[in-house]
Amino acid sequence: MSALTAGSALAVVLPLILLFGFLLHQGASAVNVDFFTRLPKPVGEAGGGMANAIVGSLILIALAGALGLPLGILGGVYLTESRDRRLPWLIRFVADVLNGVPSIVIGIFAYTVVVLPMRRFSALAGGVALAVIMLPIVLRTTEEMMRLVPASLREAALALGLPEWKVILRVVLPTARAGIITGVMVAIARVAGETAPLLFTAFGNRFWHQRLDQPIAALPLQIFAYAIAPFDDWHRQAWAGALVLIALVFLVSLAARIATRGRYSAVR
Amino acid sequence: MADGILVKDLNAWFGTLHVLRDIGLAIAPKAVTAIIGPSGCGKSTFIRCLNRMHEVVPSARVSGTVLVEGANLYAPGVDPVEVRRKIGMVFQRANPFPTMSAFDNVAAGLRLAGMRNRAVLNDAVERALTHAALWDEVKDRLDKPGSSLSGGQQQRLCIARALAVEPEVMLMDEPCSALDPIATAKIEELILELRKDLTIVIVTHNMQQAARVSEATGFFLLGELVEFGVTRELFTNPRDKRTEDYITGRFG
Amino acid sequence: MTTAAASRSLSSTVVSARARRGWGDRLFRGLARGAALSLILLVTAMIIGMAGAAMPSFRAFGWRFLYTSTWDPVAETFGALPFVYGTLVSSLLALVIAVPLGLGAAIFLAELAPVWIRPPITFLVELVAAVPSVVFGLWGIFVLAPWLRNWVQPALGASLGFLPLFQGPPYGVGMLAAGIILAIMIVPFITAVSREVLLAVPNTQREAALGLGATRWETTRIAVLRYGKSGLIGAVLLGLGRALGETMAVTMVIGNRPEVAISLFAPGYTMASVIANEFTEATSDLYLGALIEIGLLLFAVTVIVNALARLLVWSVGGAVKQVRE
Repeated sequence: MSALTAGSALAVVLPLILLFGFLLHQGASAVNVDFFTRLPKPVGEAGGGMANAIVGSLILIALAGALGLPLGILGGVYLTESRDRRLPWLIRFVADVLNGVPSIVIGIFAYTVVVLPMRRFSALAGGVALAVIMLPIVLRTTEEMMRLVPASLREAALALGLPEWKVILRVVLPTARAGIITGVMVAIARVAGETAPLLFTAFGNRFWHQRLDQPIAALPLQIFAYAIAPFDDWHRQAWAGALVLIALVFLVSLAARIATRGRYSAVR
Repeated sequence: MADGILVKDLNAWFGTLHVLRDIGLAIAPKAVTAIIGPSGCGKSTFIRCLNRMHEVVPSARVSGTVLVEGANLYAPGVDPVEVRRKIGMVFQRANPFPTMSAFDNVAAGLRLAGMRNRAVLNDAVERALTHAALWDEVKDRLDKPGSSLSGGQQQRLCIARALAVEPEVMLMDEPCSALDPIATAKIEELILELRKDLTIVIVTHNMQQAARVSEATGFFLLGELVEFGVTRELFTNPRDKRTEDYITGRFG
Repeated sequence: MTTAAASRSLSSTVVSARARRGWGDRLFRGLARGAALSLILLVTAMIIGMAGAAMPSFRAFGWRFLYTSTWDPVAETFGALPFVYGTLVSSLLALVIAVPLGLGAAIFLAELAPVWIRPPITFLVELVAAVPSVVFGLWGIFVLAPWLRNWVQPALGASLGFLPLFQGPPYGVGMLAAGIILAIMIVPFITAVSREVLLAVPNTQREAALGLGATRWETTRIAVLRYGKSGLIGAVLLGLGRALGETMAVTMVIGNRPEVAISLFAPGYTMASVIANEFTEATSDLYLGALIEIGLLLFAVTVIVNALARLLVWSVGGAVKQVRE
């Protein structure tokens, strides 16, 4: 029996190894300085890079963070500190529901709320879509991390005469800070790889972005576009892009993991 | 089983923590032996060494000899699973399987051993439950989940479950500590009945209980067996000063 | 201060400390509650916005939308059956592959594996879960599909071709590829959640079984699996929820043909894929409305599956409240 289950575990992990091997084999050669610094070349021409896509992804993540983090953290604070009776339960339920919504549906939502009124695709729309994806993750992690702060710490601060909001802001949140940052990193790793919601919000761009109300390139979008195109050179760049993307996501996930392991090993 | 249990040079560790030191004693067959001592003295560890449960914890180690019927449980090549099939154990908190009916709980040990015959199982379950003084109370509710009984009944169910495989030795790790006085009294009565057929080793932190049910008692302190002897003598005329201090309540 | 004055000021302090909260507190609480309410507002806006945009399609097709299979943008006739069918079949196929593997791996990691091997393998499983969908899709196009086309499908067709499931030309891309890639993507979630469910089973249960003389596997079987059964079903449902909504990888390997076909070799189309492929090309309000209506359908189905899943997972011990995704 142990052998069967061990075999299953191996089967779960095997695709990762195959995938990574494939990416390294095919894409490593195309990951060069050009890749990181050049714009895509016109259709049919060889060479060029994905510089705008990388920068675009970073901008989208920053936008998503700016929109989603304050809401998420404040919401997490609410869930931990509030004495309301029914609302917290509803919030948690809604957050969990939102967490399970397919990202493409969230893209549709961002489309109806941002793209339609603005009548154009934009970085802003992409940022909104990604923010909505980040929101429930940040919310739940913040709540979890704040609950880990021992009650005795709160009581000590209150006994010193601090008003409640200062206790939260100056004592509880800073104590939970490392864990919350970890949650944010997990959310970022998740959002960095999302393609579907960007298909009709950020839309993609073969050039540098100009303004936030214009379409913008993103790494996963570019990978997708190149993968389904008929040019071999584009395929190679797609693999390179995938390698860079997966390396980024893994690094952030790894960092988040290491940060949690030391302090909060009780929470797995 | 004329020989009872013979323990020689038993040592046990959790990682580098040496929790049992050179324990040696002889447990008489078809009698009740109590193990007493303050918290952390190693009595639970000791009893778990008798059915090779101690080594289930990662980083746990045992050395020494435990002879049951003249055979060393810790001889190389002995399967601990087999050992546990022949020695029964009852735990501090009753732990019936909640998804199984009372009947299935009691039959679990037999089914594990491969018994499928329904008639044989019915017989064995009835016998075990009667032996555990629980038959009358559950005979009409055999198909209800094990967790629907009261605390004391659940513990007697666990005793029945252990009895069903007809062990020669029964180990009990503070079986009454989570029960009220009435349930406790019922189990103590049960123990006095059971000792006619079984060798019983009971760990207890309740000295009065040890005095009530056991023939022999061992006093453990900080991982050592300080004194071992006939219960009445140990309690009225202890040889070691530490034993006397514990019994009179100066510590522990 | 006189005694009377002192006691008066003391009592006034005692009384008002409870009743009076500083404006700082009220502002802060208001902000926090506002943030929480905005979440509800968000989801409501989502549903209303999408329903509104899907109106043209509701009005034109009504319930027929769900069971007609003509998808003709030119004639402006839209029926969602091929996509519903494709989503269900690909997800089911993925479950058939992923559930035994995922549960097996979870049992290995939680109960049977030697302790030193657990952290690295658990970590690797989490890494698989972190791989972006588009990367799996890339691998699917260039590795999985050719492999299926050149080796697996011909072999299946030769040996099991009498079954309608395995008939038809071996394209490589198609329902089989989609099912396999979905399986690869959902299995780490099933493993992770199942593992947490199993770890939440109290140790006293295992001890009871071990004390009776059960082997490790027997202990797992009678004490752990039975206890955690509802949680494990929840884990499977969570995997299903994921599979239903997975977009990019599926789009890249399913062949994108809006037809209902029995064979696993045939190309298909899922609800998420059609939205991904055709959204930016939808020229009319009706076309767009039809696509958004599919989105709403997807939303409703995933919400129900996920809600059910969480209820089941929560029922096994409070320790598994938070589902990590």
